Amino acid sequence: MALSGVEIFKHLPKTNCKKCGFPTCLAFAMKLAAKQASLDSCPDASDEAKSFLGAASEPPIRGITIGAGAKALKVGEETVLFRHDKKFVNPCGFALAIKDTDPDADIDAKAAAVAGSEIDRVGQMLRVELIAVMDASGEPSRFAAAVKRAADKAPDAGIILASSNPAAIEAALPAVAGRKPMIYGANAGNADKMVALAKGAGASLGVVADGLDAMAELTEKIKAMDFKDMVMDPGARKAKDMVEQYTMIRRAALKKDFKPFGYPVISFAVNGDPFMEQALASVGIAKYASIVVLSDISTWKTLALIALRQNIYTDPQVPMQVTQNIYKVGEPTADAPLLITTNFSLSYFIVLGEVENSKVPSWLAVMDVEGLSVLTAWAAGKFTASKIAQFILESGVEKDIAHKELVIPGYVAVLSGALEDKLPGWKITVGPREANALPAFLKNKA
Amino acid sequence: MAFVVPKETYNGKVFEVEIGAGDKAVKFGGENCLPFLGFEGSIPNKPVIAHEVQDVPPSDWPETVQAAYKDVSGDPVTWAKHCQDSLGAQVIALRLIGTHPDRENRTPEEAAKTVKDVLAAINVPLIILGSNNAEKDAQVLRAACEAASGKNCLVGKAQEANYKTIIATAMATGHKVIAMSDLDVNLAKQLNILITQMGFDKEKIVTDPMSSALGYGIEYTYSVMERIRAAGLMQNDQTMAQPVVNDIGMYVWKAKETIATEAEMPAWGPVEDRAVGWELTTATGLLMAGSNLLIMRHPKAIDAVRKVVNDLV
Repeated sequence: MALSGVEIFKHLPKTNCKKCGFPTCLAFAMKLAAKQASLDSCPDASDEAKSFLGAASEPPIRGITIGAGAKALKVGEETVLFRHDKKFVNPCGFALAIKDTDPDADIDAKAAAVAGSEIDRVGQMLRVELIAVMDASGEPSRFAAAVKRAADKAPDAGIILASSNPAAIEAALPAVAGRKPMIYGANAGNADKMVALAKGAGASLGVVADGLDAMAELTEKIKAMDFKDMVMDPGARKAKDMVEQYTMIRRAALKKDFKPFGYPVISFAVNGDPFMEQALASVGIAKYASIVVLSDISTWKTLALIALRQNIYTDPQVPMQVTQNIYKVGEPTADAPLLITTNFSLSYFIVLGEVENSKVPSWLAVMDVEGLSVLTAWAAGKFTASKIAQFILESGVEKDIAHKELVIPGYVAVLSGALEDKLPGWKITVGPREANALPAFLKNKA
Repeated sequence: MAFVVPKETYNGKVFEVEIGAGDKAVKFGGENCLPFLGFEGSIPNKPVIAHEVQDVPPSDWPETVQAAYKDVSGDPVTWAKHCQDSLGAQVIALRLIGTHPDRENRTPEEAAKTVKDVLAAINVPLIILGSNNAEKDAQVLRAACEAASGKNCLVGKAQEANYKTIIATAMATGHKVIAMSDLDVNLAKQLNILITQMGFDKEKIVTDPMSSALGYGIEYTYSVMERIRAAGLMQNDQTMAQPVVNDIGMYVWKAKETIATEAEMPAWGPVEDRAVGWELTTATGLLMAGSNLLIMRHPKAIDAVRKVVNDLV
């Protein structure tokens, strides 16, 4: 639970000694509350203050890292229930489930699919991060062999060792030494052994319980063993239970400061019907799951899930932006029309889509206005005649086209005169106000 | 530490709206809690899915979804009957896209006749949609409302630029209305206020926050919807308590992911599964934000969303 500056202030020495670099203890307290300073800067803080503020400064949902190196996945540390309040912090991870009873060739193919799952979406490289090797055989040696096989084929993937049998986990751990795996998992019966294995291997621990009461009991029990790197599976497999349980968990952790639920959630979307699996994964993405497990990562399916995750975890205060450039739509010739819009991702996508629909190959100039839409950018003085002229002249587009005609959005028709002044020799044509009129406009022009 | 279920208390309730008549009438809305949180409120109605049909053949739809209706989409009556009788449509959404000045530019009289013919052929409720040309829609929807007088249709979309004519006619002819604004919670509220100031019943409005497809701005629609629900339920704001409609087909089936063939984008996999999955994922995402009524296109996506809805309640 976040403390207010005044609450923190009560625990400070109140000497205003300035050793922390701030003029007063109250100012320092405010910075602590905003998480812009650390209590370590105060040389006179009492042990009592340190333990009180230390506990309070822990994030309400613990951050968990799975995997090692540059492609490690960090989940958790979420702070809100609604994305319009504040950005969701760490996008959930996707895991592909592989059974240890799968033929070797299938294990290889699935692990390779994870390793090669990266796609570029709006300039971000996105992928399936994890492999969950499932103990379906009940044989520790077979499980260990499957883990090794999958882990070797996908060297950057985070590995989830999914078995409730400590002997199987123990056999498999050497294959993922140093890769910060997750052990899934601990239940009421095996918790002691699983915690010992996780501690020894530097692994996080999936905690499996049937329902929320049992879950609260089990995470407390494990925490009492001095182990905190937990991820919870409260058992939901039906969409209704996912929404309800994950909401209760997030709410309890954030609004009630209920420590036993201060950990990320793992959600199993695995389903025999591929569309149902896609939908259950979507429910998890929107409703607070930090890891979503799938049985299949065919691109047709994951393309949508990766997009949904990206959309849900976008910062609502910062518009998604496209890189400033002159983009080709189709294979434009030197005579193809040149259109301009702003680099607000929605403006770009909508204009791009309509130009594509028109089937008229075109040049699309996308101007950096810090992600504002056309009208907003114009009102903010970022989409003005002189700035547009500068962009067009510096873009080098004149080398690509044989004409000097620029189509501007209908909403900024007012700019056409000034633009012709700033771009001598150019003809400025006012396009439609709404993108959906572009196909008709471009066909008429062609 | 014992776990106590953290329940939210709500002051408000989403209005329940009924469209159509007789035993095929359909209700949506009516819940007094956030989406699918049945443990702390009541959810009397499931979200409803409407099958979209058009007054002219869907030549501008991508191949995948055109193919699904290829034997029936030559005429709106056959198309609507197919949706009702073969696909089990709960509601038909008739889009009068052919009235758009840039399309076939059909007259309001022609549109009215289409509405009459479709109504005569079906017994499930009808949603009547214009072509999204504000000026033309005012005339077209007026004629359509009159042609459907007394049939308790849902008519739209009334926007800031044209709501006066549409609301006045809908009021006189006994229809519910879709009020659409541009992806902004305050604009949505303002339009509802303007409409109710004309004497139109606030419980007969369905809010269209303006939808967007997955990957193409769905997060804006999502957050506007969550904010509308928060205002309606937590603050009991009666001008934000209308059920929400998401007219997603027209956005989803413009996304590259639903259009590009496997030959064009080999890395993206088979186009039909990909496109159906795109419409399904868009719908599922918006259900999470409180959608009460979805207007959709592909029968497979609609079937999949029905399964999800049944899994959610």
